[in-house]
Amino acid sequence: MGKIEMNEKVEIVNGVEVINGEGFQLSSLDKVIASARANSVWPLPFATSCCGIEYMATMASNYDLARFGMERMSFSPRQADLLIVAGTISKKLGPILKQVYEQMAEPRWVLSVGACANTGGIFDTYSVLQGIDRIIPVDVYVPGCPPRPEQIIDGVMNIHKLVNHESLRRRNSPEYKELMKSYNIEVNG
Amino acid sequence: MAKQELTNEGVLEQLKAQFGEAIVDASTPYDLLTVEVSTDKMHEVILWVKESASLKIDFLTNLGGVHYPDDKGREFAVVYHLHSLVNNFRLRLKAFLPLENLEINSIVDIYVGANWMERETYDFFGIIFKNHPNLRRILNEDSMDYFPMRKEYHLEDATREDKDDRYFGR
Repeated sequence: MGKIEMNEKVEIVNGVEVINGEGFQLSSLDKVIASARANSVWPLPFATSCCGIEYMATMASNYDLARFGMERMSFSPRQADLLIVAGTISKKLGPILKQVYEQMAEPRWVLSVGACANTGGIFDTYSVLQGIDRIIPVDVYVPGCPPRPEQIIDGVMNIHKLVNHESLRRRNSPEYKELMKSYNIEVNG
Repeated sequence: MAKQELTNEGVLEQLKAQFGEAIVDASTPYDLLTVEVSTDKMHEVILWVKESASLKIDFLTNLGGVHYPDDKGREFAVVYHLHSLVNNFRLRLKAFLPLENLEINSIVDIYVGANWMERETYDFFGIIFKNHPNLRRILNEDSMDYFPMRKEYHLEDATREDKDDRYFGR
């Protein structure tokens, strides 16, 4: 490059040049909606024991689940997208958990956190439900007793992957209806 | 004059003088006076030790059941832990029940706090408390059809299919 002489005229551009008019982008509706959903998942924490404490740590500033568009806890199932079951579910609590799931609007996902929610864990006993997948369908299982916040975040990332790749028509598919039927859960429409 | 403190011997003597034959047996494990009372007199004894001016054993600490499957005719026990807050004296009362007739009088009319304790004892052992205002399961699901703390039942969940004994060293 040549040396700029002090007495040479320099042209200064007034800001970035802009092409006026409305812009557009091409994509498929599926992908746009899936991306919107995945980046604003509203979780409903159903926390009953020590996994719930780890989940609280996951939400708090150190691990900060809000980074992934999950700022807003929904304590009403009607506005929630993701049911996070963290902790031991006794058989007596089972119908209540199922009712919470049924109150959620489609599309809905379920994250099972910890050994107890997955399989009953150490509580191999008459009073504890041996895994929540006996009463509601589960999308992602997070192992651990209790799992560390990193593991819970990993589970959430896997939920995001599912949400990002889910077809808009999945919830109307015969497979999905069959799945719901196998759990005795009514689907609308 | 210093106030007369309650002693295990003194309380047992008073109970024997008042109830005679109804006091079946007595012992003092770990220095805690434990009295076996005949089942039909239990309600009366608890009411009396509460209202007696000399004892004032007027606080129900705990109430629970025990299962002794090998003890024929005395398979079940109901245990009452009582405490005198005024005299700082503790008393344990036991009543034994045969498997064929698991009925004992409720003490909800004496201690309202016994309500849930008796429901719990019913829930886990199937002991019927007569005159209880609302004797139904409290901790287990209503659809449960057995009493899980009886020793004939396994602790493990019987509905599991995924458990292979090989993985558990059995």
